[in-house]
Amino acid sequence: MDFVNIFLKTAFVENLVLAYFLGMCSYLAVSKTVKTAFGLGLAVIFVLGITMPINWLINTYLLGENGVFGTDLTFLRFILFIAVIASMVQLVEMIVEKYSPSLYTALGIFLPLITVNCAILGGSLFMVSREYNFTESLAFGLGGGFGGFLAIIAIAAIREKIRYSNVPPALRGLGMAFILTGLMGIAFMSLMGIDPAAFSAN
Amino acid sequence: MAETIVKEQVKDKEPLFGKKERQLLSDPLNDNNPITVQVLGICSALAVTSLVYPSLVMAVAVVFVTAFSALFTSLLRNYIPKQVRLIVQLVIIATLVTVVELTLKYLNYPVYKQLSVYIGLIITNCIVMGRLEAFSMANKPWRSFLDGLGNGVGYGVILVMVAIIREIFGKGTLFAGSPIELALIGPSADYFINTTTNTWFSWYSNNNLMVLPAAAMFIIGVMIWIQRSYNTKLVDVS
Repeated sequence: MDFVNIFLKTAFVENLVLAYFLGMCSYLAVSKTVKTAFGLGLAVIFVLGITMPINWLINTYLLGENGVFGTDLTFLRFILFIAVIASMVQLVEMIVEKYSPSLYTALGIFLPLITVNCAILGGSLFMVSREYNFTESLAFGLGGGFGGFLAIIAIAAIREKIRYSNVPPALRGLGMAFILTGLMGIAFMSLMGIDPAAFSAN
Repeated sequence: MAETIVKEQVKDKEPLFGKKERQLLSDPLNDNNPITVQVLGICSALAVTSLVYPSLVMAVAVVFVTAFSALFTSLLRNYIPKQVRLIVQLVIIATLVTVVELTLKYLNYPVYKQLSVYIGLIITNCIVMGRLEAFSMANKPWRSFLDGLGNGVGYGVILVMVAIIREIFGKGTLFAGSPIELALIGPSADYFINTTTNTWFSWYSNNNLMVLPAAAMFIIGVMIWIQRSYNTKLVDVS
């Protein structure tokens, strides 16, 4: 049950993109059309879902005091986490390049930049500070990825439509995307404080 | 033939602060601002800017990391194989961020607690990596250092500007909890400007919207609007 709870909570209530504003760079830059946003969203789900459990294992069994080395190595956390993320991203990059060259060219620089997508490392650091266990961190990764996927699809759809509205020239594109995200963030804020565990208890 | 060789040598001898170097420093402040034009490094801009003092610390940390990661990457650029460049760059950045984190933890623990995961997130601040990919991998160390410095400062300026607006309107204070405030008014006074106790500002009630992260979105959106109305070549034509 915890798995479903944490999945729903991270996907909707504590959406990494809209409630914590993590992963903004690629979110703003790749959300011009729904098609590329879809590809990036899938890549984010994949990378988050894989790196989160791996980073959990590393944090518990390599860096922790009860780990293999028996000493507190947490100062190496950043380097190891980011190495795992970078290698996973390069794996995704190779897979996408092989099976969907058009998506690969559409994503361009933003595929390698998923490595520096704050949502991925931020997710791992939140996982550590919230002391999740293995299944919880898996749920957190998948939920966070799904939430990011939803958010990027939503903003891309809005941005596709807003092209037909009469926005002041200086606000067109980026400026409008910022303001729209702010509004979406406020909308998602109304979900904050809802505890999915309360529903399952009844 | 001799002429061309001489020319190349002259070209090679870059002045310490020539026109090109000044441009590297000044471009990121307006025409090529990391936040409002390149749209890199937004996450931390939103998350830490509810108070000025932590944002100032964050800005200094980012300037340090961008400048030195650019320098080191540029020094190593000819030895990094293309396939693993991301990992090498990230190791450089992560090492520098670990240095910053431990230093801050030692120097100012309350601010360290306040910034929490966001210091670690400098690693994934796209502006650092973006500049390494776009500039340092192809340029000489000194220029890369200046480019990193300029981008860090361009980022920090926006960060502090957003924080000033958010703190004044959201909390009614300025530099709350910082040594600057302590030096200006001494330890007895609570705030530099305090709308709740100051009789001059008693009519003002705090705008709670400004405390929400969404407010940073609106402020940056409006900043982009203002900047692009003056600097029309930046306007998005699509």
